[in-house]
Amino acid sequence: MSKELDLKLKIWRQEGPNVDGKFETYEANGISEDMSFLEMLDVINDNLITTGEVPIEFDHDCREGICGTCSLMINGQAHGHEKATTTCQLHMRKFDDGDTITVEPFRARAFPVVKDLVVDRSAFDRIIEAGGYISVNTGAASDANLTPVPKEASDTSFDAAACIGCGACVAACPNSAAQLFTSAKLGHLNLIPQGQAQRFARTETMVETMESFFGSCTNHGECHEACPKEISLDFIAFMNRDYVKAKVKNRKLAGQK
Amino acid sequence: MTVLDSKIPDGPIADKWNNHKFSVNLVNPNNKRKFEVIVVGSGLAGASAAASLSELGYKVKVFTFHDSPRRAHSIAAQGGINGAKNYKNDGDSVHRLFYDTVKGGDYRSREANVHRLAQESVNIIDQAAAQGVPFAREYGGLLDNRSFGGAQVSRTFYARGQTGQQLLLGAYQALAKQVAAGAVELHTRTEMLDVVLKDGRACGIVTRNLVTGQVQSHSAHAVVLATGGYGNVYYLSTNAMACNVTAAWRAHKKGAFFANPCYTQIHPTCIPASDEFQSKLTLMSESLRNDGRIWVPDGFDDSRSPNEIPESERDYYLERKYPSFGNLVPRDVASRNAKTVVDQGKGVGPLKNGVFLDFKAAVERDGEDLVRSKYGNLFDMYERITGENPYKVPMRIYPATHYTMGGVWVDYNLMTSIPGCYAIGEANFSDHGANRLGASALMQGLADGYFVLPYTIGDDLAGRLGDAPISTNDPVFTQAEAEVQGQTDRFLSIGGTRSVDWFHRELGHLVWDYIGMERTKEGLEKALSEIPALEEEFWKNVCIPGSGANLNSSLEKAGRVADFFGLAKLMAKDALDREESCGGHFRSEHQTEDGEAQRDDENFAHVAAWEWNGPDSIQTRHKEELTFDNVALTQRSYK
Repeated sequence: MSKELDLKLKIWRQEGPNVDGKFETYEANGISEDMSFLEMLDVINDNLITTGEVPIEFDHDCREGICGTCSLMINGQAHGHEKATTTCQLHMRKFDDGDTITVEPFRARAFPVVKDLVVDRSAFDRIIEAGGYISVNTGAASDANLTPVPKEASDTSFDAAACIGCGACVAACPNSAAQLFTSAKLGHLNLIPQGQAQRFARTETMVETMESFFGSCTNHGECHEACPKEISLDFIAFMNRDYVKAKVKNRKLAGQK
Repeated sequence: MTVLDSKIPDGPIADKWNNHKFSVNLVNPNNKRKFEVIVVGSGLAGASAAASLSELGYKVKVFTFHDSPRRAHSIAAQGGINGAKNYKNDGDSVHRLFYDTVKGGDYRSREANVHRLAQESVNIIDQAAAQGVPFAREYGGLLDNRSFGGAQVSRTFYARGQTGQQLLLGAYQALAKQVAAGAVELHTRTEMLDVVLKDGRACGIVTRNLVTGQVQSHSAHAVVLATGGYGNVYYLSTNAMACNVTAAWRAHKKGAFFANPCYTQIHPTCIPASDEFQSKLTLMSESLRNDGRIWVPDGFDDSRSPNEIPESERDYYLERKYPSFGNLVPRDVASRNAKTVVDQGKGVGPLKNGVFLDFKAAVERDGEDLVRSKYGNLFDMYERITGENPYKVPMRIYPATHYTMGGVWVDYNLMTSIPGCYAIGEANFSDHGANRLGASALMQGLADGYFVLPYTIGDDLAGRLGDAPISTNDPVFTQAEAEVQGQTDRFLSIGGTRSVDWFHRELGHLVWDYIGMERTKEGLEKALSEIPALEEEFWKNVCIPGSGANLNSSLEKAGRVADFFGLAKLMAKDALDREESCGGHFRSEHQTEDGEAQRDDENFAHVAAWEWNGPDSIQTRHKEELTFDNVALTQRSYK
């Protein structure tokens, strides 16, 4: 039999975006170490429901670490303490019997609380809409092998494209900055030949949209530490360099502004 | 007599789609903006359709219950996407992909649909590569391919173990481009709860805003359901937690025929369940079978560690039984064989509920680095979940529900039996027959969304120029809204003692036991008596705390589980009536001497499409006969 844990949880409860929230304490006993963190929350919720209490809302979906829906600050760390792991992939064997665990929503002004542990991360969608794409209408593409992509560029681009848009980078950042998320998309698209036509226009609009929602980057690097996909800080440097270039290249009427 | 018109075009198989594209009605570019289209779902099919339709000029509204379109479960597909490019010069062609898909589907799909899918497969690769999808590449910068899931050619394009994620992000970004241009209206955290009909035609939908609880109507000239499959009827599956049948089922209750619900696919390579609180099963990409060898100990209840079991005491049962395909036999064959050995008592792991997938030979042959470059993220995921290192110890795997081939019946234009209502991607039944080949789900979702629906939707819309959308004040909408609100109120007033999840788990046990990998007449009859009893208990004793005026996931789940009950009964009925074994539908009564699926082509070479007859009577079974003019019907053999 696998080990079982008795835990105490301090969980943030908040009825809605415009009301004050507070921590409530719950007990979770006999938790199997093979459970995921979210399955442990399922058990707490099942107990709450059968006693007629309102269960704790939290975001989750695929439970295999790829959809980016789950979140949670666990003991003050985005997605908990295990490196390169989303909350849904964090397993209870990483905790000890008798632990007290504090669970909060991702906190950032751009991510308002919807209810309990659920936050609204739609600001990320606004950043993508500001240029996080290659404009190729359906049907307009030529044969895929007409555009060779150097393997090194393709691999690095992929490292950036692995971002799941969970928002841990923002939650971990003392400034609630979204540089890692934004630079991951720019790194994905700006490094490959297909992305060159819109490279500098994209960089300018995405960065400025990001700044309208999020705080500023002061190079703490907490975002990378919290990132479940280990997106590299190098992409932020790459983004910053492209942004400076974009400020020159995008001036359609150079010298007149 | 059939009431189903599949509208398959005339002509030789290779010309049907081209002829059809020429003969369908077109909508003039300036008139497209006069048509409104609702797309429900934002996965590969929904996002690609919404982006493509809006690029053409249609006014599109997209609805998703997720907080962002990028969360759709297409994102979790790992292995790859087929494309008949023949970049590997190994004899692939559109015809070969067509042939393999019809055969792999155990001759229960429409030839014409499958051929169209194979034709469009090449365009998907071009489109995705142009969007910047980071497919694997060779050192010359050109695209790499691998052989996948039972194919004898290398036609699968892949993006590490994250092909679904990257293709979905491509489609999501195409959609984001259209949202930014003001061409698509996006509604997130909004769940569709009914299709609305006026004079027999789909004229819109009713939704519930999951954050505010607001019930609202939306009208359009066409409604497209891109709402995925129903694998979560088993409770434990590889589907995401929120995947459900509700949109498809509510369309079914409004007149959309539901086809072949008993065709469900059990994926052979998932991590076995570890305890009763398990909330989902995690798939390990089928690509692992390219390099991993599947085995169980020869002896019963062998509790030695796998590395201590000598070669001579191992049974590589797939390699033994199927020397030509070995570990790469199709999914249904691999799954059933795993069940057989586990049922014999040769299962491995603490609960004896798995078989080994061993990479020792691959690591010795290719080195750990090459194995890591191919499967690193999968191995890491496995280790996170199980605490075991697959470079050193064989993985443990067991089959789990993964995909549903059945779904809403559609004609060649992807229109359901409700005029003006379409179903695309996994939500429809059309292309995979009784079993889907690996790397074909992404292909079908994107073919439907990028390259089929944008052509075929115009055929119907062209004749409706000048028709204004029905006002959402029309009684058909207000009545549908009242019904949706009524169901919400009813759930909140039950005040029972058990959670929705409890009922879902119990339902899942019944469906897995009786309508799972192996079905019998007796078991299916049991399902048909036990499921309604549980359903009755659900409506009396479910407990949904909280209100309907803000986020309430119990309430959301209750509606979905209520629909799973209806679906489960229909699955059992469909499985009971299909007195043959084919693909994912295996009836113990119908097997060959060596335990393979035994089809009955004379009596069952047809699609079973079920028509709703109201809540108090069982559905009517209609047949769409399948004809095979281009692929000869044979007993599948992978020996």
